[in-house]
Order: sequence, then C-alpha cells, then structure tokens
Amino acid sequence: MRITRARIREAISDLCVRANVVLRPDVLRALRRARRQETNQRARRLLDQLLENARAAKNDRVAICQDTGLPVLFVGIGPDVDLRGLDLEKAVQEGVEQGYRKGCLRDSIVRDPLQRGKGSHFSPCVIHYELTASRGLSLTVLPKGFGCENKTQLRMFNPTAPIQAIEDFVVACVRQAGPDACPPYVVGVGIGGASDTACLLSKKALLCSVGGRQGSGALEKMAQRLVKRLNATGIGPMGLGGRTTVLGVHILTRPTHIAGLPVCVNISCHALRSAHVRLG
Amino acid sequence: MSVSDRKAVRLSTPLDAEAVARLRCGQEVLLSGTVYAARDQAHKRLVNLLKKKRPLPFDMKGQVIYYCGPTRTPPGRVIGSCGPTTASRMDPFTPPLLRAGILAVIGKGKRSDDVRASLRKRKAVYFLAPGGAGALLARCVKARRPVCFADLGPEAVVRLTVKDFPLIVGIDSRGRDILH
Repeated sequence: MRITRARIREAISDLCVRANVVLRPDVLRALRRARRQETNQRARRLLDQLLENARAAKNDRVAICQDTGLPVLFVGIGPDVDLRGLDLEKAVQEGVEQGYRKGCLRDSIVRDPLQRGKGSHFSPCVIHYELTASRGLSLTVLPKGFGCENKTQLRMFNPTAPIQAIEDFVVACVRQAGPDACPPYVVGVGIGGASDTACLLSKKALLCSVGGRQGSGALEKMAQRLVKRLNATGIGPMGLGGRTTVLGVHILTRPTHIAGLPVCVNISCHALRSAHVRLG
Repeated sequence: MSVSDRKAVRLSTPLDAEAVARLRCGQEVLLSGTVYAARDQAHKRLVNLLKKKRPLPFDMKGQVIYYCGPTRTPPGRVIGSCGPTTASRMDPFTPPLLRAGILAVIGKGKRSDDVRASLRKRKAVYFLAPGGAGALLARCVKARRPVCFADLGPEAVVRLTVKDFPLIVGIDSRGRDILH
C-alpha cells in the first residue's frame, strides 16, 4: 500500500489540532467520575472548572492548555506499507508544522537546547518509529506539556528489589511533583528493557485508556494499589487537597537483563491529550 | 463561571497595597484590570536590566506579573489558551522584581523559601491560577497588547486586560503558604 506525503501531512495536521482542542473521551469520563467521588468542596469546584475548560476549548476552538507541548509522535509501520521514495520524516514534520499553525497552538520549540536562541518554532517534533504486525500506517500524536514532563524520573533498581520498592518510588515521584505539574495526574510507569526502553514505555503508557484494565492480573493489581495510595496522599486538584490526586496509573513492561530492573515514571497533567488515526 | 465562589474577594489594578496586605492565604479572588504576562526568558532579561540599572520596559510599581506564555491567537478572538505555568522556575527572579515594585505574581505550584520571605518583606502576594484551564481563562481576557521582547515569541511580555480572573491566594503578605 502506497501512502502519499500529502496524505500523511494532512492526517498529522488534523491530529495535532484534535489532540490539543478536544479532550480525550476517556480523560473526560475520568474527570467526571473523580468529580462525583470527590468530597472536598474546593476540589470539586476545581474539577468543575476543568470540565468547563474542556467545554470552552471545544466550543471556542482554543487549546485546552496553553502548553501545547512538545509533540511526541508514534508512527507504526505495518507490513503492507510501501514507503519507497517517500520522505516519511519530512511528511510528519510538515504535518506538525501545519497543524500547530492552523490550530493557533503554541510555538514552544527552541532549536538549540543550550543556546535557546531567538525565535521559537512549531517543530521539529519527537518521532518514535515502530515496525508493527498490524496493517496500515498508524499515527498517534501525544502533545506533552513540559510542566509535567519535567517531573519524569528514571531509576535503575537492583533485580532483587521487591515490587513494594517500585511502588514506593512511583509514590515518591508523584509526591515530588506535588502541586506543580497540574494534578490530578495520569501516571505512566515503564518497567524493563534498557533505560531508554523504560522511558519510552512510561510515555506510551499514557496512551492507554484511562480507567481501562492493564494487561496481566498482577499489573492490574499493582496499578490499583498505586491509585489507592496516590489518592490517599491528599495532594488533590491544584495541590490544594482532596482525594483526587490521580485519574489513573498505567504500567507497561518488557523483558530485561538478569542484572537490572529499569523503572521510569512519566507523569501527565490532567490535560492528557492524544489523538490517533490509521491510514490504509 | 463556576469559580466565582460566593466568598470571592474582588480586586482591581492598580492594586491597593493595603488591600493586598489584607489578603489571606486560601482566599478566593476575582481580579480585574491589567496584568503583565511574562515567563522564564523575559524574567531573565528583566532582572538583567535591573542589575545593570538600565531603564525597564514598563513601570513595575504596584503591578501584577502573570507567569504565562499564551498560544497563538485564533482569528476573531482576543487571545488563545492562556493558563499559568509552573512558578518555581521563576523563583530566582522573583525577589528582585518584588524589590522593583511588583505587588503580586500569578502562577501555579510551590515557591521557594526565598520567595516566601521576599513576599513577606514587600507585603506582596503569590496567587494560584487554575493550571491547565487556559481555554476558560482566555474568556476572562478582554484585551492584549504587546509590551516588549517580541523576539521571544510566546515568551514575549504582553499586557493583558482581565475581568474577574479567578485566583486563590497561595502565599499571603505574612508569608503564609497554602502549599507549604
């Protein structure tokens, strides 16, 4: 199956706008559920505000959050996709540039991380390519705000570490983020592989449906224990108290080395945004 | 707006120093008037100007700084999404700006001990704005005018005219901190 550069560009452009303007339905449901279960008066008002913000964004065609993030792109290439003669990288970057411009989003990219420099840009985004077994070209945009991205932590545990120690680490990460990164959070946990794998898994975990079940029974139980512990911290919406500190915890794992146990925690603010499409 | 809590205190700019001193940590406030949107790089430049004793691009006396870098402005609207950014990154720059006359700053998240002490000394306050509610806050902005550092793009200093901007007193003029 051949896909043109223009088709990819248009698809990515639309995804960038949709992700930033229309809050994911699973996140919206999770916020509504949290609002029903919250008992703290101020927390309830703050959650109402977030629900109102989602409506305002969709209605006014304005970004949910002014930090429209560093766009993180996941590109899954199926076995039937014929990329000969196509500059995929360029098509994706053009799509991001076009979407961010069209959607009046924020040009938050600085080209040199040290010099910072004059002028800010809509691109380049970060792209993760993956060869997949499923057919077609899978495109996912995750605009990652940096208030929460700055709270990412990686720890290389000993292979003999108890699961409890990993859970303590996740709780410590969320406590350290405290009120700064716009709670209630969605917490992505990546376990296994090498250090880079754990980081990527923790980010991919944010693509899992909030409120959905985890892979195995053990992971599901671990996630449930974490949700319970994290909501007992009392951080609450905006860090001002309440039982809603997280909307969900998602854990992804991969095989790793006998000597290691990499764990990465990637936190998302309540405005967890992403959009997906499959071409072909 | 759902935040216009029955108990909210209404404040307008230019801020009255006594009214600011009377604010108590945790109080809900609806702010109307002008605020200056400025964040990381603008803070660095403003503090450099102060250090070199060079003229400032705007008079800071009694003014409010809002840690915000809005999105581009959609056609037909006053401003794009414009919520607060994480305040702690501005911690090192806040005491000199308070010394220059700033009376209130708006952001989200924790502040340092230095900022707390400096707020107390200057009888100034730190307001919390709802993080991640930039579309809702955009509705409270009635006008927007560029001030300086246009080359910084979204980090340029912009003067915003706001109406009933919903805030919570995070640190009051006695140095009491709702997040501490």
